[in-house]
Amino acid sequence: MPSASSVKLSCKSLWKVYGKNPEQYFTGEVGSFNVEEKFQQLTENDSIIACGDVQFNIPTGSIFIIMGLSGSGKSTVLRCLSRLVEPSFGKVELDGLDLLNQSPKDMIEIRRHKMGMVFQNFGLLPHLNVLENVAFPLKAQGISKNERSARANEMIDLVGLEGRENSYPHQLSGGQQQRVGIARSLAAEPEVWFLDEPFSALDPLIRTQMQDEFMRLQKQLNKTIVFVTHDFHEALRLADTICIMKDGQVVQIGTPSEIVLAPADDYVKKFTSEVPLWKIIEAQSIMEPPDGKDVDRPSVKPDTLLEEAMRLFDGKTEEVQIVNESGECHGILTPASIIRALYRDEKKVG
Amino acid sequence: MAEQILTRLIRPNKVVLAEKNILPILWGGVLFFSALVMILGSDLKLLFEFPESLQVPIAGFLDWIMFGFVDLFKWFFRFISRVLEWPMRAVQGFLEWLPWLTFASLATFIAWQGGGGRTGILTLALLLYIVIVGYWYEGINTLSLVIICIPLAVLLGFSLGVWGHKSPKANVAIQTTLDFMQTIPAFAYLIPILLLFGFGPVVGLIASVIFATPPMVRNTILGLNRVPPEIRESGTMSGCTPRQRFWWVEVPTAFPQMLIGVNQTTMAALGMVIIAAIIGGFEDIGWEVLGRLRKAQFGQSILAGMVIVCLAIILDRITLSYAKRQLPTESHTGLRLKQFMIGFIGIAAISYILAIFIEPLRIWPKALEFYPADAMNTLVFNIIANFGDFLETSKNQMQYFVLLPVKLGFTRSIFPITWGFALTPTIIGIYWFIIFMGAAIALYFRHWQIAVAIPLIASILYFGITGISWVVYLAVLPLLAFSLGGSRVTLFVAGSLIFLMVSGIWVPALVSIYLCSVAVAICIVLGGLMGIWASTSERVSAIIRPINDTLQTLPQFVLLIPAVMFFRVGDFTALLAIIAYAIVPMIRYTEQGLRTVSPTAIEAGITSGCTPAQIFWQIKLKLALPQILVGINQTTLFGLNMLVIAALVGTTGLGQQIYLALSKVDAGGGIVAGLGMALIAMSADRMMRAYISRRSN
Repeated sequence: MPSASSVKLSCKSLWKVYGKNPEQYFTGEVGSFNVEEKFQQLTENDSIIACGDVQFNIPTGSIFIIMGLSGSGKSTVLRCLSRLVEPSFGKVELDGLDLLNQSPKDMIEIRRHKMGMVFQNFGLLPHLNVLENVAFPLKAQGISKNERSARANEMIDLVGLEGRENSYPHQLSGGQQQRVGIARSLAAEPEVWFLDEPFSALDPLIRTQMQDEFMRLQKQLNKTIVFVTHDFHEALRLADTICIMKDGQVVQIGTPSEIVLAPADDYVKKFTSEVPLWKIIEAQSIMEPPDGKDVDRPSVKPDTLLEEAMRLFDGKTEEVQIVNESGECHGILTPASIIRALYRDEKKVG
Repeated sequence: MAEQILTRLIRPNKVVLAEKNILPILWGGVLFFSALVMILGSDLKLLFEFPESLQVPIAGFLDWIMFGFVDLFKWFFRFISRVLEWPMRAVQGFLEWLPWLTFASLATFIAWQGGGGRTGILTLALLLYIVIVGYWYEGINTLSLVIICIPLAVLLGFSLGVWGHKSPKANVAIQTTLDFMQTIPAFAYLIPILLLFGFGPVVGLIASVIFATPPMVRNTILGLNRVPPEIRESGTMSGCTPRQRFWWVEVPTAFPQMLIGVNQTTMAALGMVIIAAIIGGFEDIGWEVLGRLRKAQFGQSILAGMVIVCLAIILDRITLSYAKRQLPTESHTGLRLKQFMIGFIGIAAISYILAIFIEPLRIWPKALEFYPADAMNTLVFNIIANFGDFLETSKNQMQYFVLLPVKLGFTRSIFPITWGFALTPTIIGIYWFIIFMGAAIALYFRHWQIAVAIPLIASILYFGITGISWVVYLAVLPLLAFSLGGSRVTLFVAGSLIFLMVSGIWVPALVSIYLCSVAVAICIVLGGLMGIWASTSERVSAIIRPINDTLQTLPQFVLLIPAVMFFRVGDFTALLAIIAYAIVPMIRYTEQGLRTVSPTAIEAGITSGCTPAQIFWQIKLKLALPQILVGINQTTLFGLNMLVIAALVGTTGLGQQIYLALSKVDAGGGIVAGLGMALIAMSADRMMRAYISRRSN
């Protein structure tokens, strides 16, 4: 989890409604109406609510994952953030700048310099080769051919596609095509990186490989990321924060372990039921208060995963202590607390 | 999703539900009413000839408008005509001046660049035929018209297509206009063009541009609409301005589809240039064929017709090779642009220098021409002499037993000399008794549609298409439209019928309908069988496919030559030409439909223990039916389209009306007859499409 830092991107009371002239239902300020009443009013008028009353803040440099099944409105929210889809109502702020008030011209400038996006089916231009595809955003900015080729080549090296510069998209495998998509989205060095189900069209093995690659890139680049997926495991693996959506509304926002340990409702619980909990739960979230004993026993950091902590219990060990960086003991883990957590005894965890 | 809701609002399902109960009753009523009219009113002239007092002089009115319009704007159109004449004369002059060797080698080079060695060799061989047979001059004249026509049509089509893509309102207007432009026979709008632009080859050019633009418009719209939304979004997210996004993202992505449009535009342009030859005034290859055909010089007309075939194949293969080579990395890559230009200039220079020094390479000498027209004529005469009886008999049989009954009915076509017996009251009684028994049996098994169809078809054969009262048509056809497609189609069909009657072209319209329905019926049976055969055998399929391809790329005109050669002029000849052209979609769609039946369905059939016959009838044919229906629809449209061309070899009907109007430069008459053809075609199309879409729901 990132340390407390400034908010990079946020949205407030974001609505996208399809139907006859949906703007007529939104007149007042943000927060000036009752959300439930508005939902009812819109549904009665045969409007289709793609997303309603969505709000969240994304800190700089963190990975924010929007998770939901198809039709949950996750892609709509993502597209509202870049105004690929024009929201019906609400506020979207990037570095405190209200994006919905920007002129089309200013929006183009913002997309050119601050945003990059990766698409599910890659969205590569079929008539351009790898190099030209990656350099395309730079071409749109009017950067000279030599300069953009040099920068595109850097990006191609970054995603490991050296040697395929002159290939065309249809000659590449799905994984390679998405690497091109990633390189292109990073070519203009954006601050915010949007990924719309980037790995959903890939085979499971390639998908895991690309996820690792993605984490490697993020460690190196430290972008602010909005990532959309329908794969709960993917979300758990990659996210700093997960936002679960259903029927156009946010159901729960939290860190992976918060969501797994305290699902907001039955809908979320269904997703968490098949998750290997020991791979998500951190030691600190299920520890018991320190017992004050001063004995020689194994110790772990607060954010160590249970998977690792569990291995420390050998024949002699009865508890493991949790120690922070300055050596203070925060609490202890006992076999009983771990068993309770893995069996989802909700009273004792969190 | 929003679209689905919209269509549901426009066409509620209730109508379809209600139809099911009302329809049999309506049909019963209409059949009873029709029987009354035909039996009791058989002596009333009023019922069989549409009363003149109800006719409106639409043609005269159109003439009046047309002439007013021409008087006002003639100067403007004549100006355009002048402006266009310059580049046309220039290209024509240039191509005539160019040694044939230079032209042929450059065309071969372009063909090779697009499609590799095969396309190159084919192009060269076909061009050499034109040279050797001695039709270079006429061929190049035709080609120069096509060459000027293409950029004009492509540019116009692209602009209209972009407009249609950007504005939904414009799209509706454009699509409707295109529908009319493509269903109104090209001859019909030659007349107003003649009036506006004056006589001369420019008219051919303008008509060709108008005729060749629609496919480009359609393919541009199609291509742009089909750009995946993700690609469009990726352009936006790359920071494109709307203009950058259009030219750098959308147009290149839609480009392969647009190249298909260029191919179709080119073929349409060639077809129209050939057709426009009937205006004359231009020594082109179409005129040559037509002239020879009129003089019954078959050898000559075949040799000239082959030139048209060559031109069609060359233009088709070259444009198609560029369209298929969508990306620069396909199997044949060709040269890079710079190298290509260098090669082009090099070949031009070398071939030109060669042609300067060696005269036969510049203009092929008459002495070296190979023009076996006389030998061919002798051959044709020999064939006719040897097989004349057989040809004559088959023609007569077809006339007596199929064409005449459909046209005039048994009542007016069964005579002892032809059928061997006379239509006595006893025979008539037996005939109707069998029909009523058939209908009764169908009713007993609760197939009311069949019970309606039996007396309907029986009556058509008994009275003939031209022998049935217009009142009956007014009752039966709209009801048919209602049963097939619902209220909108009904309105369209009824409106079309009224137009045909009121404008005074009802009788020729019936003749056209008669000829076309016989041709379509034969196409459905023959084409269906061939399609089935082709779907079961790879070898048959491999033989039929190139034949179909050729039949479709040929300008329709050429198909007339062999038909006239063996059967002279008349309904039967026209019928053959129509079938040759219209059978292609029937074969294709049947084969494709049967071949694309999902293997899982067939396996499911086999494992359920179906016999091969059951698999064919109950699985394959059922699943292929939607495709076959599309084939029938296409065949009908092709048939109507060819009908007009076939009028050149002496049929009566609307096609002939258009020719008469053309020869008299009677704009009103021509437009009314052309519009009549278009309305018939569109009515048939709408009924069938409504039926197909309802079946597939």
